[in-house]
Amino acid sequence: MSDLTAFREKARAWVEANSPEFLRGKASDPKAWAAGGRKASFTYPESRDWLLAAADRGFSVPTWPEQYGGAGLSRDEALVLQEEIARLALPMPLTGFGYSMIGPTLLDHGTEGQRAEHLPKIARGEIRWCQGYSEPNAGSDLASLATSAVRDGDFYVINGQKVWTSGADEADWIFMLVRTDPDVKKQRGITFILVDMESPGVEVRPIRLISGASPFCETFFHNVRAPVHQVIGDVNSGWTVAKALLGHERTSIGGMGRGGARTSLPDLARDYVSVDEEGRIDDPALRERIIQCEMDAMSYGLTVKRHGDGLEAGHKPGPESSMFKYYGTELNMRREELMLSIRGPQALGWEGEGFEPAELNQTRTWLRSRANSIEGGTSEIQLNIIAKRVLGLPD
Amino acid sequence: MAALVLTAPQDMLARTAAELISKHGGVDRQRQLRDAGDELAYSPEVWAEMADLGWLGIPFAEDYGGLGMGMAETVLITEAMGRGLAPEPFVSAVVFAGGLIADAGAAEQRTAWLPQLIDGEKRLAPALLEAGSRYGLDRVETRAQPNGAGWSLSGEKVQVVGGVGADGFLIAARTEGGDDGLTLFLVPAAADGLEVVAQKRVDSRNSAIVRLNDVQVGAGSVVGDVCGGLEPLGRAVDRATVAVCGEMLGVMTEAFERTIEYLKSRSQFGVLIGTFQALKHRAAKMFIEIELSRSTVMAAARALDEGSDDAQLQVSNAKARCSDALILVTNEALQMHGGIGMTDEHDIGLFMKRARALEFAFGDAAFHRQRFAALRGF
Repeated sequence: MSDLTAFREKARAWVEANSPEFLRGKASDPKAWAAGGRKASFTYPESRDWLLAAADRGFSVPTWPEQYGGAGLSRDEALVLQEEIARLALPMPLTGFGYSMIGPTLLDHGTEGQRAEHLPKIARGEIRWCQGYSEPNAGSDLASLATSAVRDGDFYVINGQKVWTSGADEADWIFMLVRTDPDVKKQRGITFILVDMESPGVEVRPIRLISGASPFCETFFHNVRAPVHQVIGDVNSGWTVAKALLGHERTSIGGMGRGGARTSLPDLARDYVSVDEEGRIDDPALRERIIQCEMDAMSYGLTVKRHGDGLEAGHKPGPESSMFKYYGTELNMRREELMLSIRGPQALGWEGEGFEPAELNQTRTWLRSRANSIEGGTSEIQLNIIAKRVLGLPD
Repeated sequence: MAALVLTAPQDMLARTAAELISKHGGVDRQRQLRDAGDELAYSPEVWAEMADLGWLGIPFAEDYGGLGMGMAETVLITEAMGRGLAPEPFVSAVVFAGGLIADAGAAEQRTAWLPQLIDGEKRLAPALLEAGSRYGLDRVETRAQPNGAGWSLSGEKVQVVGGVGADGFLIAARTEGGDDGLTLFLVPAAADGLEVVAQKRVDSRNSAIVRLNDVQVGAGSVVGDVCGGLEPLGRAVDRATVAVCGEMLGVMTEAFERTIEYLKSRSQFGVLIGTFQALKHRAAKMFIEIELSRSTVMAAARALDEGSDDAQLQVSNAKARCSDALILVTNEALQMHGGIGMTDEHDIGLFMKRARALEFAFGDAAFHRQRFAALRGF
């Protein structure tokens, strides 16, 4: 028996013994997801049980070293664990920017003290993080950001405004980019710093979106003081750290293009469209779109696997994250559009009677998905990065 | 599924293959062979060197003198051949015909043919297509009538790849009597009533019409079971399809890299045309399509080698993906080269011509999308 097969048996037994019955089948119910934090409110108390059970075993952040609250799993083992969790259609025990973004960044660029202080709290879901990158005048051109940080003794004093700070109203800490030198080339005067959201001078205002939800905020900083030891990497080298983190973000957003425990398009079409005598979806044009989407998802999943296998075999990671961000998000958006087409008029519900809960949810997830090709660097920016950094095309 | 990375020996094999193809002139050789107009359309000395290196025996058991490797290695050879537009009939003779004998042939057939095929002394060509068959393996009009202890074959096969100069042909025929099923025959080229006529295709490869006029063959020429030809034929076609996908990967990668070099060297309006965002974004999208194609080819090759349940699904996924990507890349390559790409003197057109033949080999993208859906049951 291979090591991986043995691990799968162990993982399966652990998931079956430790996952709450109630959460099984709720993988795609956002109310079941746990992002943790001091202000965490669990719609289902089982989500908290599941998070804590996973954290006790290191499975909330399975690939992190054990000393920081992880289980030290290899990438392949983590994938197996993920598959075993998906097999029961359970939500992942922990979601959020702590796990997917600042954690991996601290592992790469943090000091031992910074890792020891922050990583275990992320692993146990005690602290929730948000991201302060974009500003009203720094979107795709992120490096032109203007929020300033001026040194004052052992502190930086921060002034300015961030926008699209996901979950800022529920987060405990923010990792952010600030301008520490306004007189050099724009990328060279940026610093990456961590700030406690309870610091005096931080103000958060939620933004209402086309989906009706308010997952994003504007965040204002008025003379906010942050200790200098909260700088990650070197002062004025924040752009390098930021790009590494964007790589994690792109991989994470791009990950949504992969299969996993989600609605099957053919099954959905069988329900809404019906099938002909030979079992084929009875709308040839729609069926063609479903076939293409399924094949694209399969090819994309294989490419993610190939990339991961390469890393495991010691290949150096490159700018491929832009490819995953571009293709994964475009694929996910195409899938959302396709699910609207399959449901037809029943996909138009906003709230109230006449629509199934899944249909009402569909409307919102479709609207939400339109941001996929904008957030974390637009699709056009990703294509620019591939052209420049992979293909070496001239500026 | 096994890891989608090359092992050290596979990496070495890929590099050796690339060196052999470029040592013999790369794309220039294809141009010279085309201009010479010889019906054989490939280089016997390159074929002999491939035999010396053991490549003609890559998929066959060591008992017969083969290397005992799989599709994962085979696609590395075809990719290198695709990059250099090498016209040797490797897929038809080795992967398809040899593979079919190894898979379904009787012990005597394997012993009689495989060592000679592996040494390069003899070469077989599979005769699959008929004028009306398109991609349906069972759309066969050629007939086999029982005749004493043997059979009498009549019909016409077209676009038999590697048909010129082949020592024998694998022929699928509809069998009279029984359930009218398909039977596979191994027919020597020298058989009475068998006529080979060279065809000229857009890709200038070795291609022939094979006419069978009451060709008499013995009972021992049947490959596999009487009326049981469709299944082994399907397996051989799946292997050949993945080998073709490897070649497609080579053709698209080379055409793409040449195009990127062109974007970095051609100036208009006083700047390099590679600075134009209208071209950059299209180049980046092509890059992604090629990356996806590579993953599907590696996965399909490994799925066949491992005998996975989803092997056919992977094969069709790879062929559909590679077909679409190859046509995108070669069409865009020509467009981005502009007027010079339309000239015969420039090589980029050779890639586009070969691309079309590869697209239609063993089913185009639309065919494989339908097969994918049928296998998935929707």
